[in-house]
Amino acid sequence: MGLMNNHGVLERHSLLLTIGILVVVSIGGIIQMAPLMYMENTIEKVDGMRPYTPLELSGRDIYIREGCYVCHSQMVRPLRDEVERYGHYSLAAESMYDHPFQWGSKRTGPDLARVGGKYSAEWQVDHLKDPRALVPESVMPPYAFLAKKKLKFDQIEDRLKVERMVGVPYTDEMIANAKGHIYAQADPDNKGFDYYDSLMAEYEAAAGREKTVEARDYDGDPTTITEMDALVAYLQMTGTLVDFSTYEADDLSNRR
Amino acid sequence: MSNEHKDIDDHSGIETTGHSWDGIKELNNPLPRWWLITWYITIVWAVIYMILMPAIPALPGMGTNTKGLRNHSDRDLVAAAVVELKEARTEQSATLLDASLEEIETNRDLQQFALAMGESLFGDNCATCHGAGGRGAIGYPILADDVWLWDGTLDGIEYTLRHGIRHDADDDTRFSLMPSFGRDKLLSATEIDNLTEYVLRASGQEHDTEEADMAAELFQQQCASCHGADAKGDRLQGAPNLTDQEWLYGSTRQAIHDTIYNARNSHMPAWQDRLDDASIKALAVYVHTLGGGE
Repeated sequence: MGLMNNHGVLERHSLLLTIGILVVVSIGGIIQMAPLMYMENTIEKVDGMRPYTPLELSGRDIYIREGCYVCHSQMVRPLRDEVERYGHYSLAAESMYDHPFQWGSKRTGPDLARVGGKYSAEWQVDHLKDPRALVPESVMPPYAFLAKKKLKFDQIEDRLKVERMVGVPYTDEMIANAKGHIYAQADPDNKGFDYYDSLMAEYEAAAGREKTVEARDYDGDPTTITEMDALVAYLQMTGTLVDFSTYEADDLSNRR
Repeated sequence: MSNEHKDIDDHSGIETTGHSWDGIKELNNPLPRWWLITWYITIVWAVIYMILMPAIPALPGMGTNTKGLRNHSDRDLVAAAVVELKEARTEQSATLLDASLEEIETNRDLQQFALAMGESLFGDNCATCHGAGGRGAIGYPILADDVWLWDGTLDGIEYTLRHGIRHDADDDTRFSLMPSFGRDKLLSATEIDNLTEYVLRASGQEHDTEEADMAAELFQQQCASCHGADAKGDRLQGAPNLTDQEWLYGSTRQAIHDTIYNARNSHMPAWQDRLDDASIKALAVYVHTLGGGE
């Protein structure tokens, strides 16, 4: 009983007690989290995942800045009604280049994990500008100002480098040509013309398949690259990267 | 702090913890029995659960977590649930798949099934743009009327559903491209103003006759190849009739001017990769019966 009777030592020294609490609480956390780092089936093996293009990444930053995640989740759960409505349930692999992930837990609006390509880009722009013009019962606030705000991307190379530091496999070419790639995706016919081939080559190589990057003007104004261009480029990409024709849901390593 | 000297509270006769704060002592009442038993049951249940369900995370080298004796998998369950749902629908879906679109519309039972299925599919997938019941919006065609840009027949609607309009990823998509006459500097500002008046006159709206006359030749050169010499449009190219009162992007002088200046080449996604064949057939029948099917 000797040790048990010495708890007075801990209780009388606040620093010791704090350290003790940290140790005890960490045990639960470590048991939950540490195995995910080395387990072989944490992230499914899939084809088609690639790092986000600089324009998509900028759009994703706007998505986070505007708090879209407060009302929209990006996680189709493995339940029949969800799969019926949204499509294939989300895989861990689909968030592997997300820092932080946008799974969310609150759905005031619909889940957006597979919204890419479901509606036209024009619809996304019209709807972001004035949601109730298209969906009268919507409670979403309007984001018309995004179409007037020029996208700031003077530090986009550093932005990509930070992503690389946390494990996103951006190549040196992707980082060096990041600005050109933004022009190439949002204005492929004029300003970005020279970088178009490089954009396609780099990201198609990363994805291992063609037609993985959509390059076009999104907001109806090809002369300026706005935050609307970036956000819609991101939205139109979400959930479209993984090639489900080669994904083996029945494989034992993909069971959850 | 030792158990050797039990301290019994004089008033209640219950043992104290031995702690004393300013002379106030704490009773050491035992935990209620029902609470203790419940607690022990939860511990036993946790052990049983860990044996039955996937629960124990991997130790280094194990590669994966324990699978549990029940071999439970959420992903297997949802796959089975989806299969079950498809099978439940199969009987009637199969009759939809076997029947031609015309048969579906004339056979009462098939039609009822297709309409019910089409309505629910339309609500989630189509109403976002075309509005509930196909009432449309500026830039998004009304499906409840009898004005069709491309094709209002059953087969035509099914084709549009499958391949979309200006959907780059689909090689069979419906495609046409109006030039941006102003933005790409194909026509001067005056020419566009005159053409606007010409189109206003063609649709019987208030217009400047002089300016409209000046654009007559220009219309034949630049616009007639798609919209027709009589401006009545061409369905093969999805070129709208400019002489009627139906306007996808608005009938005002400003709206028509913007259309000529920037062009409007809207895009409808192809649905054949997202929806199965029975769903597309049901939707085609639903849209066809909304009001103006041909």
